[in-house]
Amino acid sequence: MATETLEMTAEKRVTYLNVSHTVKSWLLTLDHKRIGLLYLFAISFFFLIGGIYATLIRLELVTPQGDLMTADTYNRVFTMHGVVMIFFFLIPSIPAVLGNFLLPIMLGAKDVAFPRLNLLSWYVFMVGAGLFMLTMINGGIDTGWTFYPPYSSIYSNSQVTLAGVAIFITGFSSILTGLNFMVTIHTMRAPGLTWFRLPLFVWAHYATSLIQILGTPVIAITVLALALERTFQIGIFDPKLGGDPVLFQHLFWFYSHPAVYIMILPSMGVISEIIANMTRKRVFGYHFVAFSSLAIAVFGFLVWGHHMFTSSQSMYAGFIFSIISYAVAIPSAIKTFNWTATIYKGSVSYDTPMIYALAFLGLFTIGGMTGLFLSALGLDVHLHDTYFVVAHFHYVMVGGALSGYLGGMHFWWPKITGKLYPEVWGRISAVIIFLGFNLTFFPQFVMGYLGMPRRYHAYVPEFQILHVLSSAGASILAIGFIMPIIYFAWSIKYGQPAPNNPWTAVGLEWQTTSPPPPENFNYTPVVETEAYEFEHVEEIKNAGAGEVKRRHKESRKKNASRQSKNCQTS
Amino acid sequence: MAEHASHVPGLAHHFVNMEQQREAGTIGMWIFLLTELMFFGGLFLAYAIFRVTYPDGFLQGSHLLSVPLGGLNTVVLIVSSLTMALAVYYSQMGEKKKVVGFLVLTLLLGLVFLVVKYFEYKEKFEHHLFPAMGFYAPDPSHLAVQYHQQVRVFLWIYFAMTGLHALHMIIGAGILLTLIIMAHKGKFTREYNSPVEISGLYWHFVDIVWIFLFPLLYLTGFHVGGGH
Repeated sequence: MATETLEMTAEKRVTYLNVSHTVKSWLLTLDHKRIGLLYLFAISFFFLIGGIYATLIRLELVTPQGDLMTADTYNRVFTMHGVVMIFFFLIPSIPAVLGNFLLPIMLGAKDVAFPRLNLLSWYVFMVGAGLFMLTMINGGIDTGWTFYPPYSSIYSNSQVTLAGVAIFITGFSSILTGLNFMVTIHTMRAPGLTWFRLPLFVWAHYATSLIQILGTPVIAITVLALALERTFQIGIFDPKLGGDPVLFQHLFWFYSHPAVYIMILPSMGVISEIIANMTRKRVFGYHFVAFSSLAIAVFGFLVWGHHMFTSSQSMYAGFIFSIISYAVAIPSAIKTFNWTATIYKGSVSYDTPMIYALAFLGLFTIGGMTGLFLSALGLDVHLHDTYFVVAHFHYVMVGGALSGYLGGMHFWWPKITGKLYPEVWGRISAVIIFLGFNLTFFPQFVMGYLGMPRRYHAYVPEFQILHVLSSAGASILAIGFIMPIIYFAWSIKYGQPAPNNPWTAVGLEWQTTSPPPPENFNYTPVVETEAYEFEHVEEIKNAGAGEVKRRHKESRKKNASRQSKNCQTS
Repeated sequence: MAEHASHVPGLAHHFVNMEQQREAGTIGMWIFLLTELMFFGGLFLAYAIFRVTYPDGFLQGSHLLSVPLGGLNTVVLIVSSLTMALAVYYSQMGEKKKVVGFLVLTLLLGLVFLVVKYFEYKEKFEHHLFPAMGFYAPDPSHLAVQYHQQVRVFLWIYFAMTGLHALHMIIGAGILLTLIIMAHKGKFTREYNSPVEISGLYWHFVDIVWIFLFPLLYLTGFHVGGGH
């Protein structure tokens, strides 16, 4: 009965999806929600490409000999995997898709501050992506995603200049998105929505934007200089011509270390939303979680030298970079502890987004703690350029950033598409990804510690068992990634229509319809409470476990019927 | 909701009022200038490191630049900053004629800068001082041989920094041209003039970059060599 009325009204209602249907209306759209979806298609494509390269890497490493590809091909494969996943998937993933879609709605605004700039950023991204595809077709690059000269500037026979130009251009799309978000958060908040009433997702994106704005121009000028050196043979980074190769490493890591936080901070914002709504509690220590995002952004700019402990960087600089790298663990730990404290005595429901959030907590903790091993000056010399480093950053980037992205996609999928995904399959795939991920990357910590260097296609036979385990895990991981793609696509056509607030969550995005109308709200929202203000939260806390479940179900039912009533009246 | 927005000329549909739109534009430009600062910052860092590494090469290289021409351009840009500031002032007063006049004056001064820069570059190319194609071979009678490579490092920094700056001047000239057309059509009023204001911020930023480039590149020889 309730779903029938929903379906009936959904057809009549104008949403951002059905307001117009032409291809032109999508390609020239200024609607932040549609631009978010345009980004979703683009980055999903690149995720598949990056995944294919990862598959090739894991296949090659099943045996100790280089029997699938030559050393040169392997160089190209791991470089392309890194560049595609970092610049064309992880950096745009959450900000450009979920951020674009949600940020203005969470602020109660009709759009971002500069809608044209927002569309421009997608086109700039696509131009960069197109050039990078051209690089790919021409054989790719073999320098490693770090592009260290003089190898990249003089000796490499691959398409370094073209790839450099592609990354230069893509960088501007990142800058434009960051600029747009920052101005939007400053100027477009709804009446009553003060800074400390903002959802933590918004705080995380503010911190991310800060890094995008301050860091990305530096990598832009760096790859430009690299392309100039390669084209004109002038001495910028090549010592033979009077250049300074360590200067490149400084400039590169000045961006590329904070870029790690561009990838993880938005994910942390997603996790804050999921944990608060799935435990029905205000995030413990809201102010600390909000400010720790900014602290990570600021500290993140002061630790780049920990990638260069084995370069000719001065020993004293090494001391300082090591100490500050330890310090950056503090705000990350504040977040992790506060999320855990939020779950404590909460009314936890183990829906798919929450499984991802719990996976994030565990995996990010392992990734973060091993980061402390690497910021220790002495130990880093032993672990530098081994699989320990590879495992560490995959725990942060995949276990952390990607878990947050997938959790967020599940959490907001009903809002974005107006359809429910099959919850059982969601949970199964989340568990498969968690297990597959650990099987893939945990053995890499062990082999890295035992001395297996990264970036080699052949290795000593002692490591084979660990490599086989890792490759087996990767195949499980691949199944886990393919499943959401299938059931998300399935749900668009066959999924149940989603109510406006399927999770009985709080937040402005759940007050509007699913999917939202073109201007997000049919009224101007006014905010009168703090973020994560749950009704009856005291009652639920005082009730027993069985009672909690019953109340939980009841409140969901009540909400659904309230919504169908709303639909009937409108 | 959408109705009241369409009444105000120059107000985009997603803003509540003019004040919000103006604030967004101004903050947006300041943040953009921050990214510009970081963009130039990479080159300033390269300058600092190579100047410390090759003090003699930088001294030699600096002597190759024309202080009178660089000085002339510095004066031209400072005056253009004044005319730009006056254009912003009169746009806020709503005096259309004066806005157009000062914008044209700013554009002309910007073009003078670019023409002078063109002659400076031309002279460098003719003397084979462009650090890439056709760079002069080491010749003991021209410059000390051991400084040949260092001078080349100085010259690529010179061309990269002033070239990037000149590119920003060209973009600035395009912006000024657009503003002149808009002002001529009477688009700007006492209420709506933020395009002039935020373009002014950009123009001043580009000027300030030059204020740093001039002493760092042209006057280095003066300082170290004790004047010529």
